[in-house]
Amino acid sequence: MTGFRLSIAPRVDTEPRLGERPFNLLCLSMAFVLATHAIHLPWWFSATLAAVLGWRWWHRRHGGQPVSMWIKLPVVGLLLAVVIATYGTLFGREPGAAFAAGLLVLKTLETEHRRDARVGVAFGGFALMSALLFNQSLIATLVVALGLVPALGTLRAIEELSPPRDAWRGEFAPALVMLAASVPLAAFAFFFIPRLESPLWGAPAAQRAVTGLADTMSPGDMGELLVDDTPALRITFDGPVPTGEGRYFRAYTMLYFDGRQWSSGYGAFPAAADVTAGTPRFRYHVTMEPTQQRILPMLDMPVAAPSDASLQYDRTALANQRVQSTHMYDAVANVDAVVDPVLNPALRRAALQLPATTGERARVLAQGWATEFNHDPLAIARAALGMFRDGGYRYTLAPAPLGADRIDDFLFGTREGFCEYYASSFTFLMRAAGIPARVVTGYQGGYWNKLGSYLLVRRSDAHAWTELWIEGRGWVRFDPTGAVRPERVSQGAASAANASGEGVSFFDGSWLRPLRDRWDVVNQWWNQAVNGFDALRQRGMLQPFGIRRTEIGDLAVIFAVGCTFLVAAALGWALFQRREGDALDAWMHRLQRKLAKAGVVRRTGEGPKHFMARAARSLPTHRNALERLSELYLRSRYAHDEPPPELVKQFRQLVREFRTRGVVK
Amino acid sequence: MAHAAPRMLAWAERRLPALTRLRPREALPIVLHRRRIYIVPTGFGMGFAILLGVMLVGALNYANNAALMLTCLLGAATAGSMLVAFRVLNGLMVSTLRADTARVGERIRVSLDLSASQRARHAVRMDIAGTEHAVDVPPGGPATMEFELDAEHRGWLPLPRIRIHTRWPLGLFRAWSWIHPDSSVLVYPMPEAMGPSPFEPQGDADRGRPRVGDELAALREYRPGDPRRHIAWKLSARHHGLLVKDMEQPAPQEDWRLDWESVRGLDDESRIARLARWIDEAHDSGRRWSLKLPDAYFDVAHGDEHYHRCLTALALRP
Repeated sequence: MTGFRLSIAPRVDTEPRLGERPFNLLCLSMAFVLATHAIHLPWWFSATLAAVLGWRWWHRRHGGQPVSMWIKLPVVGLLLAVVIATYGTLFGREPGAAFAAGLLVLKTLETEHRRDARVGVAFGGFALMSALLFNQSLIATLVVALGLVPALGTLRAIEELSPPRDAWRGEFAPALVMLAASVPLAAFAFFFIPRLESPLWGAPAAQRAVTGLADTMSPGDMGELLVDDTPALRITFDGPVPTGEGRYFRAYTMLYFDGRQWSSGYGAFPAAADVTAGTPRFRYHVTMEPTQQRILPMLDMPVAAPSDASLQYDRTALANQRVQSTHMYDAVANVDAVVDPVLNPALRRAALQLPATTGERARVLAQGWATEFNHDPLAIARAALGMFRDGGYRYTLAPAPLGADRIDDFLFGTREGFCEYYASSFTFLMRAAGIPARVVTGYQGGYWNKLGSYLLVRRSDAHAWTELWIEGRGWVRFDPTGAVRPERVSQGAASAANASGEGVSFFDGSWLRPLRDRWDVVNQWWNQAVNGFDALRQRGMLQPFGIRRTEIGDLAVIFAVGCTFLVAAALGWALFQRREGDALDAWMHRLQRKLAKAGVVRRTGEGPKHFMARAARSLPTHRNALERLSELYLRSRYAHDEPPPELVKQFRQLVREFRTRGVVK
Repeated sequence: MAHAAPRMLAWAERRLPALTRLRPREALPIVLHRRRIYIVPTGFGMGFAILLGVMLVGALNYANNAALMLTCLLGAATAGSMLVAFRVLNGLMVSTLRADTARVGERIRVSLDLSASQRARHAVRMDIAGTEHAVDVPPGGPATMEFELDAEHRGWLPLPRIRIHTRWPLGLFRAWSWIHPDSSVLVYPMPEAMGPSPFEPQGDADRGRPRVGDELAALREYRPGDPRRHIAWKLSARHHGLLVKDMEQPAPQEDWRLDWESVRGLDDESRIARLARWIDEAHDSGRRWSLKLPDAYFDVAHGDEHYHRCLTALALRP
């Protein structure tokens, strides 16, 4: 499968030249492939390739010959250089896709014969599939599958002798029908091809910055995230559903602060102690979009880790593998749980750590509170939240930039920002007042889809808040952002931003809501039924049929047997040939069956005349009818080239009326 | 290794006559049915299968179900195309044979009719004598496949084994079947390039007898019984007796009586070649001729039918 033949010597080719029609279709397929990749290729790269493709199409249409090797070779070199210059490497998902798309377009430059077109189509199919490595949503999959239509049309057009006039009925409709006809076998294969438990080779590393939650946080990081409407989680609940204020999904906790950035750090702390108390419980089921990270957001507070994940000391759940594709997990949350009733000394030290040079004024303020409220954590926290509420602080997604001292600048300077700003400075204040505190990031809120009865959490629902350790109560959640703008907590980030008069989006109009709901239900279904169909679910697939656990061997057997059945059905279709339209013979057979029941069996090699005469002799009561039948048959069969329809009709009538019942043998 | 392939083929032809070319001859019409249609992937099909395998492993490795679905779809379409290829040939009927006539050394134009019952058959290809011919068969009606064969020797030229195949619809699979029609086309003998004219007919009763014609041949004295309108009155006035215009045909072409036995001193093939040349010459110049062969006699006649009858007899001389 080389996209390009590297040989200077012209190939002696006796093959006929590729016709105009297959070439046009080939260009169309290539354009389709290019379009599916254009989303993640640099725009200038896609534009250049599209221009090259368009030029080649125009060039050959006007009688152009294949492009000279002395142009093609440098162009391939140039492509290689551009890809390496852009991405720094040739290996990996993005540079690979760019290189493949480039080669595919350049292949049309030398496409002159059927063989070239075939190679182009095959390689194009591969490139189409690789587009799904970037995005495997329903729409992307449908678009890519549609890309098979011109590709198959090209192959058909290559074989065609007399091109039809109508492109739609000639090329696209047959290819579409062909794809539609192969859906049953494809679906069967899809469900029964054994999935790999673990990858054979390394999955592609996430090379681009994944927009989503990160394991570090500094004020301003989430700005981009909070306007990203992409779904992150879809959650269905067994039983009660938490209300708006209870929908906190914890992802990361952060202990270390260097003055600019909060991070999880690499502290080795003892594993999470058991949650002691807590009610009520929420049982829920999460479908998670791929994040390329291991962390699984869990509803506050998780009781145990989902399967194939482990619970960390801070009660965050870490999956055993990066979430490369849609991931599903079940979990249970305990709302009033007491976590870490006794704080580990090392953890306590880490939760009180502060950078030496930052936030001088904030420290003074916090220590003032500590002495004022006699080191009562709840009172100190209330004082801080009160300051946020009444101190002229503003919630905005576009805050003024902060200076060198992020804490003091925010608290006493700009006084505007969003969740990260508040969580960061609140945590700082608490630590300065001597209360162990940590920053938590995750998702808060979500949109309840009534149609599908599930909670849709978007990336824009990303949130940061604080947990304080309080004697006797363990880690307790505080959300300083809620003090500034309660809508953020009760209604979500978008409405919080809207409430302050910013970025009212036309598409958030309520008139679109039912449509959006429905669309999201479809996506949810796609994610669960298709993208989330992994080895685990495959094994449980046959549970409704009483098979508890489907092993690979069983799968292989079912796969083989099922494929055999499908192939047999298809063979039946292929072998089916309508009987040549001889109705007369069919009715004669029917008559023979009737007579056979009466004991007169036609012998091999016995002519119709003789047979009928014999039948008339042995069934004297039916002599008249049989003689009439015989005469009709002979007349229709032998007096004409084709049995005349009216005689066949008469014959049919007589055969129908012919009854052998009551015959005395 | 180089010799292994033909040996294998020879073995296969002995062992698997149905699969290979070694089918007994059969009479037209030949209907292709499932037991004589074979399918193998083409080179492109093999490459495509490898590609599908790569796609499958890739999709499984990255646990990318969308890609897996696409691969399955493409694979199923590929498998389906195999059946479509089979359906192109299944039930196809090779019927009427038509042929021109040709002489040894020329190329003879032959046509075969292909027909199918209800469905149209696309891109049916036939490999005949080293060249490929292709035709679309419309539903119901026949399609004519025309080709040329080398006429190497006189007499009946049997049709070669014909591979009838198709790569429709995607070029991934080739369905094929060998047919060996029990039909022949006739090749006339090659006339010799040059040689003596046929002997002048000897002892022919017709020879020298004047024929009544339109042109004035001569004047002669009146003999009783001459028709009055032949009398040249004007010339007779200046003469002492009556003169009669003698009307005759232009010098009449002699009938050729061609006889196998009369060509002596030559082997059989040369005799045939010479007789063929004479028949050609006679036919071209509108002469009447007869042909006597050791086992056949064609009486004096002329025209295309006579010509073909004579040449056929010559062509089929043992």
